[in-house]
Formats: sequence, C-alpha cells, structure tokens
Amino acid sequence: MARAYAVRQLRFWLTNYRRTWKGSIYSEVLSPVLYLGAMGLGLGAMIDKHGTASLGHVSYLAFLAPGLLAATAMQTAMGESTYPVYGSVKWLKTYQAAISTPLRPADLFHGHLLWTTLRLAMGSAVFLVVMTAFGAVRSPWALACLPAAVLTGLAFAAPIEAYAMTCSKETSFALLFRFGVIPLFLFSGTFFPVTQLPAVVRPLAYLTPLWHGVALCRSLSLGDAQLGSSAVHVAYLVAVVAAGIYAGQRTYRRRLYA
Amino acid sequence: MAHPDILIRARGLTKRFGDFVAVDGIDFELSRGEVFGFLGPNGAGKSSTMRMIGCVSPPSGGELTILGLDPVRHGPQIRAKLGVVPQEDTLDVELTVRENLLVYGRYFGLRREEIRDRTAKLLDFVQLTERAGDQVDPLSGGMKRRLTIARSLISEPEILLLDEPTTGLDPQARHVVWDRLYRLKQQGVTLVLTTHYMDEAEQLCDRLVVMDRGKIAAEGSPRRLIETYSTPEVLELRFALHEQEQAAEKLADLPAERLEVLADRVLVYAQDGDEALAAVRGRGLAPVTSLVRRSTLEDVFLRLTGRQLED
Repeated sequence: MARAYAVRQLRFWLTNYRRTWKGSIYSEVLSPVLYLGAMGLGLGAMIDKHGTASLGHVSYLAFLAPGLLAATAMQTAMGESTYPVYGSVKWLKTYQAAISTPLRPADLFHGHLLWTTLRLAMGSAVFLVVMTAFGAVRSPWALACLPAAVLTGLAFAAPIEAYAMTCSKETSFALLFRFGVIPLFLFSGTFFPVTQLPAVVRPLAYLTPLWHGVALCRSLSLGDAQLGSSAVHVAYLVAVVAAGIYAGQRTYRRRLYA
Repeated sequence: MAHPDILIRARGLTKRFGDFVAVDGIDFELSRGEVFGFLGPNGAGKSSTMRMIGCVSPPSGGELTILGLDPVRHGPQIRAKLGVVPQEDTLDVELTVRENLLVYGRYFGLRREEIRDRTAKLLDFVQLTERAGDQVDPLSGGMKRRLTIARSLISEPEILLLDEPTTGLDPQARHVVWDRLYRLKQQGVTLVLTTHYMDEAEQLCDRLVVMDRGKIAAEGSPRRLIETYSTPEVLELRFALHEQEQAAEKLADLPAERLEVLADRVLVYAQDGDEALAAVRGRGLAPVTSLVRRSTLEDVFLRLTGRQLED
C-alpha cells in the first residue's frame, strides 16, 4: 500500500517531466561531452605528457571520467532535491494539495526519491555512453558504475531533501551550493587524487560521500576494484542514504502536518 | 459505532500550537447530506478545525471520528473519501486545467479512462470546458476556485470540505461559486464549509456553529440562530459624526430590545423597525440615513461576541 502511494507521487513527477524533458536531455548529453572534451582531452593531453604515475598509470581522461560521473550524479541530485521540493511546498503548494488525498507526507518523500533515482539512472546512463564513446572506459566493470553513481546521487538527495523541507528561505540553497557542492566537486578526488591534498585536510575528503562515490566509480571503470574497499564505499553511501530517509520522513511530516 | 448517518463527530476537540490554543475543546456532529458551516472571524479556529477534519493536522486533544474512523490512524482511508477545497489555491499552475485533474485523480488511484470521463463532466459542471487545455496560471481567481472545486470532486467524495470558498473573489465570481455549491447541495453532497461571510453561511448552510476565539459560541440553523439571538428587525441609523454619541444617549431608553452603538452607526433591535424609527423621530432625532432590515447572522455574531464579523 505504502509503496503504491509513493508510485502515485512518482507518476506526478513523470507528468511534470513531460514539459521539460527535451531541455534536460540536451544538457545531460552536452555536459559530459564538454567536460570530457575540455578537461579529459584538452587538459589531459598536457598532464599525460608529464607522466601519470600519481594517477595510477592511466590517462587523465580515464582517471577523470568516472570521477565526473559521480560528481555529476551529486549535482543532479542537488538540483532535484532543493528547488523542486522547496517549490512544491512553498511556491506551488502542490504538496499541500497532495496530502489532502490518501497520500501521506512520507509517500511524497519516497515518491520524489524514486523520481530522483530514475533521473540519476537516466543521467548516469547517458554519461556512461559518452564516456565510452570518448574511450575513457577501461573495464566491463564500468557497467556497475551505473548503480554506483545512482547510489552516490541518492546519498546527497535523501539528506538534502530532508533539509530542504526545513527551509523557509531559498537563500539556504545558494549557500549550500557555494559552500557545499562546489568545494566537494573540486576537492573530493574528482579532478586529482586526494593524496595531493595536505595531510591535515585529507581525512575530511574521506568523510564526504562524494569521495566514496568517486573512488567506487573510478575503481570500477578502471577495473581495479577490490571487494573490501568497494564494500566499505557502498556501506558508507547506503548508511548516508538511510540516515537521509530517516530524517526526511520526519521533516516532511513536521512541515506538512502542522 | 454510533448512528451510521453521523459522518463526523467531535468531542472536546482541541488544537494547540505551542502555548496558543487555536481550537479550544469544541463539540459538533455532522450528518449525511447536510451542509454544515463554521462561521467566525479570521483567527476563530475555523481553518485549524478544517485541517483536523481533513486529517492533515493531528488533534492536540479530545476525540474526533470521521466516517467512523480515527484520523490519526486511518488518515489515508478517510482522505480517500474526502474532497478538499483549501483556503489558498494549491493548483499546479505550471500544468494545464486537464492535467491538474489527471494528477489529482491519480493520487486517488483512479484509472486514466475514469479520470477522463469524470474530467469532462466536472469541467462542464464548473464551466471550464473551453479552458481544458490551457495552463492554469493565467486563469482568473474565480476560475481557479471553480477548478479547485472540480478537482476536489474527482474522487466522488462522501464529504466535501471547503475552507473559505469565496474569500478573495469579486462579487460576481462569488455568486458563480455559490451557485455551483448550491447545485451540489441539491444533489445531496455533504458539505462542510468555513466562512466569515454571513450571507454565504445564510444561503448555503442547513446548520452552522458560530466560532469565536477557538470556541463554539452557538449552534443551529441560520433561521433558528437569528430567532434565538436577535429580533426580527433591525433599524440602522447613521448620524452626523459629532451627533452620534449624543444621539445614542437619547436612544438609550427607547422601547427596543437592544441597542448596539458601532463606530459608524447605531443598530436598534426591535420587533418592528418602522415603529422604532417613528419613536426615534418622536425624540426629535434626525438621522442622516435610516434603514429597516431583517436580522442576519451578522447580528447574531455581534450579540454573541460583541464584535463584528467582517471588517
């Protein structure tokens, strides 16, 4: 029953997506092409000339692409779990309309997470295809990057969505992007190994879900994944998702059932 | 369970927000087929009561039974049988008129074909057939309200809850909404509405409660309330501003049942308004305007609370 209610909310987001899917597909294809072209090929050509021992003896393109895959999943998740959620309760008030039907606040939350999962899967699949076309993939294990990237995205979507329900001003999101997403994007091992970071801040990078997602995707794409470390990455990300779901069920309820 | 035709029963129903008591231990019952109203000024606790009935706000105390079920434990089952027209529009303005009904019907688990059939009938009912494919955003306030009413009916609810259904509408749009609600009433739909418009309550409600500061001040049919708490007629007198106070003093011992001195006029409650007016003139008073009218719920409210309903 509960699952059926969440699916009803998922269908709402699908109906909504029909208006914007063209633009979103466009940017989902274009964004990896631009990034992999400029940084993977352009910048990569220079880096590769100086030796890639610190990257594990792979081309910069092969190093960068899976990291970008994970980082893009994070950004997609952030986009989905901030303004659309906040707008549903604050601007359009469609959430207030939905709770007057059999759906409960938690159903709206779960429905939106399902939708985010779908979006992440679509975006990551496109990214993987582009990556492959660029010749950035080194192993058939790269297929497992798809669920890994989705999981990475959800590790952001669930807690951020829980947080978005507590916000009364949208400026909170600008701060979140500026002081959360951008530093994570730059310093979680996407563009260079975190071993390059000063030893003092390195543990911080290891704590971020993005580092776990990047490391997981990279090891799968390069084909050197170890069972033990992969299990740690997955467990960490699953724990973050679970904590986010727990929190979101509460913040949704508190916001909508006053 | 009690009588099967009692759809809603509240006993000592209370809602608190921190220290503030929005609804202070109210009792009421709603029977099938009835149009039941909560009349009161803003802040009287009407909307809080509606939200509790709508199972989107857990009561802080007392008992509430809706369709024989407990709203806290059986929210989804109860809401499946309720239609809700909220005070604030909650339409998806980015979708079309038809899509709004589709999305909402889906929430109730209705099949697509079923929603399509009902949508055609409902848009006809609220006179929006021609706008079916249009986006909601540019629709007028009155159209949005009618669409919200159509949306609330998509699930063919047993009870329709309307929170201030015509607040913010211009008089013409309001009359169109009243007309549609009146038709629903004729069809035997059970309606619960809140309003601070006494004419709305008088026209639509079979029975109503007057709410003030979280409490129920009186209960009955509009006619019964007027009979109980007011006189058949009211004489409204306006005096020149500087004469009002003096005039009121001279009227104090008029053979009327009651006198209300408001900021801008004096109300004389009497069995016969014309007789009262003659008596006023007999005292040498010359009101700028005088009007004899029937008592309304406004007078009931004034009598019960000492305050005016609309301001």
